[in-house]
Amino acid sequence: MATFENTKLEDFKGVWVFCEQRAGKLMPTDFELISEGRKLADELGVELCGLLLGDNVEGIAKELGGYGADKVLVCESPLLKDYTTDAYAKVICDVIMDKKPEIFLIGATNIGRDLGPRCAARLHTGLTADCTHLDVDVNKYIEFLKESSTLDLSAQKFNMEDRNLKMTRPAFGGHLMATIICPRFRPCMSTVRPGVMKKAPFDQAKADACVIEKPAFSLTEADCHTKVLEIVKATRELVDLTGADVVVSVGRGISKDVQKGIALAQELADVLGGVVGGSRATVDSGWLSADHQVGQTGKTVHPKIYIALGISGAIQHKAGMQDSECIIAVNKNGTAPIFEVADYGIEGDLFKVVPMLIEEFKAVKAAK
Amino acid sequence: MKAIVCVKQVPDTSGKVAVNPDGTLNRASMAAIINPDDKSALEAALTLKDATGCEVVVVTMGPPPAEGMLRELMAMGADRAVLISGREFGGSDTFATSQIIAAGIKKIGLDDDDVIFCGRQAIDGDTAQVGPQIAEKLEIPQISYVAGLEKKGNTLVCRRELEDGYMMVETQTPCLLTCLKEMNTPRYMTVSGIMECYDKPLEVYDYNALKDDPLIEADTIGLKGSPTNIFKSFTPPQKGVGMMMEGADKATCEKLAGILAAKHII
Amino acid sequence: MDFVLSKEQKMARALFRDFAENEVKPLAEEVDETERFPEETVKKMGKLGMMGIYFPKKYGGAGADVLTYAMCVEELSKVCGTTGVIVSAHTSLCCAPIYEHGTEEQKMKYLPKLCSGEWIGAFGLTEPNAGTDASGQQTTAVLEGDHYVLNGNKIFITNAGYADVFVVFAMTDPKAGNHGISAFIVERNFPGFSVGKHEKKMGIKGSSTCELIMEDCIVPKENLLGQEGKGFKIAMMTLDGGRIGIASQALGLGEGAINEAIAYTKERVQFGKRISAFQNTQFQLADMHTKMQAAQYLVYAAAMKKQNHEPYSMDAAMAKLFAAEAASDVTRRAVQLFGGYGYTREYPVERMMRDAKITEIYEGTSEVQRMVISSHLGVK
Repeated sequence: MATFENTKLEDFKGVWVFCEQRAGKLMPTDFELISEGRKLADELGVELCGLLLGDNVEGIAKELGGYGADKVLVCESPLLKDYTTDAYAKVICDVIMDKKPEIFLIGATNIGRDLGPRCAARLHTGLTADCTHLDVDVNKYIEFLKESSTLDLSAQKFNMEDRNLKMTRPAFGGHLMATIICPRFRPCMSTVRPGVMKKAPFDQAKADACVIEKPAFSLTEADCHTKVLEIVKATRELVDLTGADVVVSVGRGISKDVQKGIALAQELADVLGGVVGGSRATVDSGWLSADHQVGQTGKTVHPKIYIALGISGAIQHKAGMQDSECIIAVNKNGTAPIFEVADYGIEGDLFKVVPMLIEEFKAVKAAK
Repeated sequence: MKAIVCVKQVPDTSGKVAVNPDGTLNRASMAAIINPDDKSALEAALTLKDATGCEVVVVTMGPPPAEGMLRELMAMGADRAVLISGREFGGSDTFATSQIIAAGIKKIGLDDDDVIFCGRQAIDGDTAQVGPQIAEKLEIPQISYVAGLEKKGNTLVCRRELEDGYMMVETQTPCLLTCLKEMNTPRYMTVSGIMECYDKPLEVYDYNALKDDPLIEADTIGLKGSPTNIFKSFTPPQKGVGMMMEGADKATCEKLAGILAAKHII
Repeated sequence: MDFVLSKEQKMARALFRDFAENEVKPLAEEVDETERFPEETVKKMGKLGMMGIYFPKKYGGAGADVLTYAMCVEELSKVCGTTGVIVSAHTSLCCAPIYEHGTEEQKMKYLPKLCSGEWIGAFGLTEPNAGTDASGQQTTAVLEGDHYVLNGNKIFITNAGYADVFVVFAMTDPKAGNHGISAFIVERNFPGFSVGKHEKKMGIKGSSTCELIMEDCIVPKENLLGQEGKGFKIAMMTLDGGRIGIASQALGLGEGAINEAIAYTKERVQFGKRISAFQNTQFQLADMHTKMQAAQYLVYAAAMKKQNHEPYSMDAAMAKLFAAEAASDVTRRAVQLFGGYGYTREYPVERMMRDAKITEIYEGTSEVQRMVISSHLGVK
């Protein structure tokens, strides 16, 4: 470690993205992060590099170039086939210490959130969890604050030369936003919330041009202290909330008749070609499985239409859906906070309103 | 054999949250609760105690009033508690916090068959970082997102949740687990536990108690030792108020459908 | 006078509230509707030490105090009057007389299983012809060698259908009046003992209220509780303690109804505004809360006096009299604030109103409490 002086900031160059694969397949967050990393690399005028670990994964690396990676570092070993903290952390930290990137982004998946903190602690650097916005350029950051904060920007002073990565994330369940910097250590690390960064269009020419590099690393069984015995894929079909154009979510308001409430939401979703989601309360009560949860601790969605049925609109929930293009809320309580973010609100009993909505939406669809 | 449980006292963000005019959280207006995931971590440790008779030690870092939470955890069944508390520790980010708690655990003593239990994440920061970082500082294996566990001698097999399924992972003690709320239903305190909890041992580790540990340096703890800093904190703007439909009858629904159709939303 | 709860008492209250909210409230409506004794709740309460709160650990109790017990019954009754009275009758009317008047052998034999909730306790004093006037006992007990033979019927016995142990009163010397009454510990499976008719009640419907039938019931001599002829005194002392439990039940019912009414009136809109915005609602709730707060002080004071072994008979009577009448009034007013919905079973206030009425009747009617209080005042 003696040679790894991570306070000599000028030694560090390049934006890296950890590209997670499961069973040899890249994850959707990889493309989101590569696309976002491309912007940051351009602002800094540096190279964007993917870091891909696995066994026999070289073949999938070039696809990352299509979303903006200049280069992909591929580390292959049978010991890297399935994710284990020890093996991945060792290889990643060794390669980082050798090549010294300035920024290292990781998708905040269950695996990324296991790996990130372990690496940051070993590298003695900062890590910001679950970021929803990243900036290097100060002007762009100021633009972001104008749109997304209630700060009086005329009273704020900014150093326009600042080249630190400004990592913004929700705190206290979304009640506050915090922008975090890591000014004294490199690399500057961040895990990024899946579903938040927009994926760039795929460019085959760029994919073809992407450079594959295989850095040297050492990894033996003795380095691994956990063993994966078995990986089980969920048999149940999971709801693709983040990819859906229409999300119909239910909340505590269905408690009177949970089954009927969910059935109504499903019918409404079917009419509009969407999927059913739920608030934290519905998942905590066991009415819906965890993959349905929208909100701070669930999924962030921005569908074209978001319909909230019997959801009061706790800030945690709003954090996961308020960027939807059109929000419709039905709630018995006219002062429910959900109406603060709704484009259209109906104060009424969802059990009475939803069947009528289904009829009217069907009629509109039929007329087209 | 010990089960060491790391817990955090957090403001209850599930109800109304008050924000000061300067954009910081008005903590005084909110109830302090035991972080929900940490309660599940304690339950996992108590289940292990029921099966093996091991000792359960709860440890937290926080201001002196955090003692109340530790007493509650002892009323649930923990045997003793350690409160890491000192002005020098204030302002720590996750990196510095894990340095300090790791030093505290070293002082408690980590034996070959010990297991450290943490909650997956705390509801105030939602970072999920301190657990894995403690494991790194102690140079022991970690398994995060644990939904179930089985211990046979020094071997531990855990069910680790993934977004699209789960994996079964095996490791050796000593190790650190971060527990999901779904793992169990935390038990209640008992009335006799409540009557005993103020007689159970509670040690306070201040800066002096930990300062000889190599993890504790001026530049690794507190605000100064934190690699990350808050650059800005702010409240997100409220979205402009939308349109409240009149009534909640068929005509209302027809009108809404009409508007959405006209705007090509549906 | 100290109005501050200890750290342990505050923590225990938090436990009771948490337990009531998560384990008792979800069952309350169904328990009332189906008149079902919530056995599973009793098992859970036993595990948490709620079935023997103020008895020493030596006897399997939780080692807490009488005030903690009162708070337990109060918190349970806020959400379910049935569960409140199960704990109250078990603790005050069965565990307490065994603990206070039993021999060491009797205490070691019965209290650990009662305190753990493995056994449920009940109390048999009332007879068809001996209600408010308990001295008119017609059940007899005759000593025959190493056992007593009991004959007679008891009615309106709380917990009877599920109880394992009964503290029963009978005449050992019919000529001696009150001084001829003795107390016995009777187990459910003693020969000649059976549980008869189950009463259909207006409220506390999940509590099991039955008749006890003793036909040549054989009770071992060592199950005499206290001395022969001291039964009436034991009964009266037991009822003093029981009144703290029932007063706590009434207290909880009233407070529970206020909680419901506050939540409802803040939501319900009439004439374009929330009904909580009407001054009538505000004044009603202010009066209701003031009454229950006054009741709470009386109940807690009686509990603390009992704990400190001070005379508390009059305090318990005043607490029960006031809390019961306040609970009946407050629950009735809560129904009124709910209007038509309050009269339906969709909301819990009608159940609370039905449950509250009994607190003015059992373990000494309000009239008996007035007799007790006035006699302490020397008004004859």
